[in-house]
Amino acid sequence: MSDAYDSLYEEIIRDHYKKPSHRRLLEGIPFAENPSCGDRVRVSIQVGEDGKISDAAFDGSGCSISMSSADILAEDLVGKSPEEARAQVERFLAVLRGELEIEELDTLGDAMAFKGIARLPVRVKCAALAWRAALQRLEELGV
Amino acid sequence: MKPSFVSPGNLESNTPVAELLKKDFPVFEERPELVYLDNAATAQKPRQVLEAERDFYSRSCANVHRAIHGIGEEATSRYEAARSRIATFIGAQREEVIFTRGTTESINLVAHSFGETLNAGDEIILSEMEHHANLVPWHMLAARRGVVLRFIPLTETGELDLGVYEKLLNKRTRLVSVTMVSNVLGTINPVEKISSLARNAGATVLLDAAQAAPSQTLRVASLGADFLAFSGHKMYGPFGIGVLYGKEALLDALPPFMGGGDMISEVTLEGFSVNELPYKFEAGTPPIAQAVGLAAAADWLTAVNIDALGAYESQLAQRFLRALKDIPGLRVLGDPAQRAGIVALTMEGVHAHDLAAYLDKNQIAVRAGHHCAHPLARRYGVVSSARFSFGAYNLPQEADRAASLVAQAKEVL
Repeated sequence: MSDAYDSLYEEIIRDHYKKPSHRRLLEGIPFAENPSCGDRVRVSIQVGEDGKISDAAFDGSGCSISMSSADILAEDLVGKSPEEARAQVERFLAVLRGELEIEELDTLGDAMAFKGIARLPVRVKCAALAWRAALQRLEELGV
Repeated sequence: MKPSFVSPGNLESNTPVAELLKKDFPVFEERPELVYLDNAATAQKPRQVLEAERDFYSRSCANVHRAIHGIGEEATSRYEAARSRIATFIGAQREEVIFTRGTTESINLVAHSFGETLNAGDEIILSEMEHHANLVPWHMLAARRGVVLRFIPLTETGELDLGVYEKLLNKRTRLVSVTMVSNVLGTINPVEKISSLARNAGATVLLDAAQAAPSQTLRVASLGADFLAFSGHKMYGPFGIGVLYGKEALLDALPPFMGGGDMISEVTLEGFSVNELPYKFEAGTPPIAQAVGLAAAADWLTAVNIDALGAYESQLAQRFLRALKDIPGLRVLGDPAQRAGIVALTMEGVHAHDLAAYLDKNQIAVRAGHHCAHPLARRYGVVSSARFSFGAYNLPQEADRAASLVAQAKEVL
């Protein structure tokens, strides 16, 4: 991968890490944790009257990858139906598990920034954390 | 003549030695830019070790013991020569040296076999700075047999609180199991004192020498160790091999650990009788080539002057600490009077993972995380720290470069 791409990805990640738009204090939601590094994140998903996700948010602590990934996730989910959201989350996780090509991330908005780390096993766990939490929420919503 | 570290020495006198020894490590030919500061996780391997393993596989590869053929006899004699070499390396009898897969398996062996001799209410003393390898086997034993675990707490500087330790010792104490060197704080523990207090209380002593083996001479008698556990790969040897030393009388009295070939003298459909030491504790085909490689690592470490090497690593750590001094928001975990070449730190506003990734981009390999010591991390109220650990091939300028990148990290990240 070229350096130009690398730095574009880094910029996206830094932006979401330093200035998250969907981060706020959440209560009553369990954390998803990565015991190997101690990162923890929880995700809330609200569905509006039109049946679409009207609000998504996260809070937690962790490295730039896990926190930016949570913000990208939340941004991405708003406006989608829970079914669309679930498909999106599963696609992202499938890329990180190596079941889908890395290029698939190009179709997932800012999540493309994780192309650089999608095959680094340690960082993949960081990137996946919030998405695993989202999957749990969606399952609770009956999706 | 092999270059060797000078004792007493300083960075100035010993840096040329490290520069020469670095040439023993093929990895630095493959990766000339690499600054490897993750030695507490595993050390790089000198060509003497690689060559010993290669030579074994090329010339003597056969299974050990009971072979009638010549190549099998040669394999056996090289494996047993490796055992004798390790016995000399730690000042033990060859029967007292059991080859395992690593420190973790060595401690599990003791927890299993020595654990069988313990009863509900018996007490084991550990410490707050232990690696998970010296915690979890005891938790498992406690759940199995109802033994009680006690923990030596840490002082503010990251040293074991010996005053509390003395109070923890009592007539129910059966075992004291502590690390010689903390893999996170770098603290070098006063283990002679710890074992002599344990002995006075009638307790058995297990020392975790995983971090100590590559940086100080081990003499089981003067350490007062009844058991001693360490890994090959942290002392410049191969992966997949470790050592458990146990006093002969103690090992003789214990039940075996794993069952299988080699650990028996006779097997019938009704049962089995166990083999003599050390084979009683070595079930199945042992790590034969790795033992040969480990003996070469012991030769290498002895030739470079292991205690002077340990002192050199400590001096590198001190230099690194001085260079970090004025970085705002930086916190070093622990401030022990006796520190091995290990420094763990956190930085306000920069996650340890991000710091490690930034250093990696600049060819410096360090570890970030909890370093397999959750209770210790909790004690310091940190989730994750970045650990810098020095080895025989590290140079003062590498410590300086690491420190200046740490200083930059906050602006860049």
